[in-house]
Amino acid sequence: MSIAIKVENLSKAYQIGEFSTGTISQDLERWWAKTRGKEDPFLKLGEENIRSEKGEGNIVWSLKNLNFEFNKGDVVGIIGKNGAGKSTLLKVLSQVTSPTTGKIKIKGRIASLLEVGTGFHPELTGRENIFLNGAILGMQKHEIKRQLDEIINFSGVERYIDTPVKRYSSGMYVRLAFAVAAHLESEILIVDEVLAVGDAEFQKKAIGKMQNIAHNTGRTVLFVSHNLAAVQQLCNLGLILKNGQVDMFGNVSLAIDRYVNSSNDLIHLIERNDEMVGNHFQLVFLCDSSNSRKNEFSHDEELYVMIRIVLPDYNEYLELSLRLDDRNKLPVFTIHEPLSAFERIGNCIEFKIKIPANFMAPGSYSWDICINHPNFKVYDLMEDILQTTIIDTGSKFAIYNGQNYGTVFAPYSVETV
Amino acid sequence: MNTDLEEDWDLVLEPKTNLFDLKLKEIWKYRDLLMLLVRRDIVSFYKQTILGPLWFFIQPIFTTIIFVYIFGNLAGISTDGLPSPLFYMVGITAWNYFAECLNKTSTVFRDNAHIFGKVYFPRIVMPISIVISNLMRFGIQVLLVIVVYLYYRLTGVDLSIDFHILLFPLFVILMAMQGLGFGMLVSAMTTKYRDLIFLLTFGIQLLMYATTVIYPLSSLTGKMYFWVSLNPMTYVLEGIRRAVLGSGVFDLYTLSYAAGSSIVILFFGLFVFNKVEKSFVDTI
Repeated sequence: MSIAIKVENLSKAYQIGEFSTGTISQDLERWWAKTRGKEDPFLKLGEENIRSEKGEGNIVWSLKNLNFEFNKGDVVGIIGKNGAGKSTLLKVLSQVTSPTTGKIKIKGRIASLLEVGTGFHPELTGRENIFLNGAILGMQKHEIKRQLDEIINFSGVERYIDTPVKRYSSGMYVRLAFAVAAHLESEILIVDEVLAVGDAEFQKKAIGKMQNIAHNTGRTVLFVSHNLAAVQQLCNLGLILKNGQVDMFGNVSLAIDRYVNSSNDLIHLIERNDEMVGNHFQLVFLCDSSNSRKNEFSHDEELYVMIRIVLPDYNEYLELSLRLDDRNKLPVFTIHEPLSAFERIGNCIEFKIKIPANFMAPGSYSWDICINHPNFKVYDLMEDILQTTIIDTGSKFAIYNGQNYGTVFAPYSVETV
Repeated sequence: MNTDLEEDWDLVLEPKTNLFDLKLKEIWKYRDLLMLLVRRDIVSFYKQTILGPLWFFIQPIFTTIIFVYIFGNLAGISTDGLPSPLFYMVGITAWNYFAECLNKTSTVFRDNAHIFGKVYFPRIVMPISIVISNLMRFGIQVLLVIVVYLYYRLTGVDLSIDFHILLFPLFVILMAMQGLGFGMLVSAMTTKYRDLIFLLTFGIQLLMYATTVIYPLSSLTGKMYFWVSLNPMTYVLEGIRRAVLGSGVFDLYTLSYAAGSSIVILFFGLFVFNKVEKSFVDTI
């Protein structure tokens, strides 16, 4: 395999805070240090870019000492929280801004799509804008001409192609813009969250087109998205960025698992005191058959959701709803149980729900729980809680580690015919 | 990693680059973009107007009328023995080209920050496209000058054209170089210090009075003559008048002064522009 992109010790520093009259004196100081062959005095203060913490200097390292290589044909999903450095990395790779230190070596033509419709001029017609936008993205005129019909066809705005784009609906505008971008002919393509455009039908078309580019053309694609499902679908490798550094680079499913598990925003235990009024959850947690609390289960172990509910406004229609979501926040299954079925002690009920062993496939999950009066009122709703990890401890699928084989083990049987 | 593969990279991104690099090869690669940008500037200028490209004529005509009245009739400033409308029109047309290049180029980073922040192409393509699209405009306005010229010629005014007319294209190029150079310099500096924008708007106006647009250099004497002739645009305008109207200060010295200063300005502008373009996205 040949290397398409090689990144060596890449760092990027940003100055934060206001630029004011201070900048001119800092510039002079910097220049003076440089002419004496010394290090930039303001970069020394640099620190990790952790948004929520207060820092000393006004320089932050948005990227720090990145080293990695992408092979030709790799489709890499870049994931990370807001401010982890994803966009900065794409900006540096696509030459919009230059690195502070380090090197990037690239083999092949590179095109980046940090946005669709860059440089569209409202007064020009759709056709004129196809040429202008294509040229801005680095296409030659003859390449655009050759693909013109296909672009117009893909965009689905043929009727308006000789109308100035300022008269387009916003949907038509992005369709046309994406159509141009989708027909770029570079060996390396950098894509930043541009799929979230247009209506559902067009999004499907866009993802399909991206999949086609990623899987059938042998091109190297770097893809940034918060949509983990799209990353999973499109990419074969995942690069996790954390505070400007590489947290992990490897198989995309493993990367997504690690990313989901490392986000500690999820609540493992719900415990509330008695001050709350109305029907509500008082205590919710996961445990195993011996009632000990935990969040990691092996695939052949039973899982229990322990729930205590306080019901000051009891009525016989109340229901408990419980939904399991996979790591892409797509629902796996839903449970509805009428609360009237449980025995009340005071205004409190307590029970546990058993999920059988060998049912949930290895992976990361979370739960949404709710007390409601169907079609009438929601009393208490908590989403994305009780982070759950199912670990493969020797299932049939263990050898396919890293592949996405779904979220449940099907209770199938094999019969002779 | 194979060491013999190391030489094979198509592109290496590094913090440092050669600051005097004109990047001609890269500009050639993006020539289609350059031409499309020129087209965009021209077409979008008169779209949805009734008079269309006629607007290119209206501005110089009215300015000339006002100048003839104020500077010619009221102030009685010499026009080197030439019919004053023709004298002013040549000066205004040429000066406008320079001023427009400077004006538009100086805000190139600000006006295009949005595009520059999203896509890479050699940034210099933008200022060059401005200079070329203004050149088209200038060319159209030259037609107007020719019409006025022919009118005076036919009404019997003695206007001698000699081989100097061949220098006209050269002086236009020098004007373009100065407009581009100054513009790039200002644009690069305004990415960090916005103050210059305010300075520029009235600076261009003041500069016009320090250049021989509304008066011939020959009407000046002593200290004034010295200072005005230091202005790099002065000899260019004088040269253009010499080429077109047959009057104006011109010799080998003025030609080399104009050419030399234009080259210095262009490369200085380029140097600062290249320095800023790599990372201006972070400061604008």
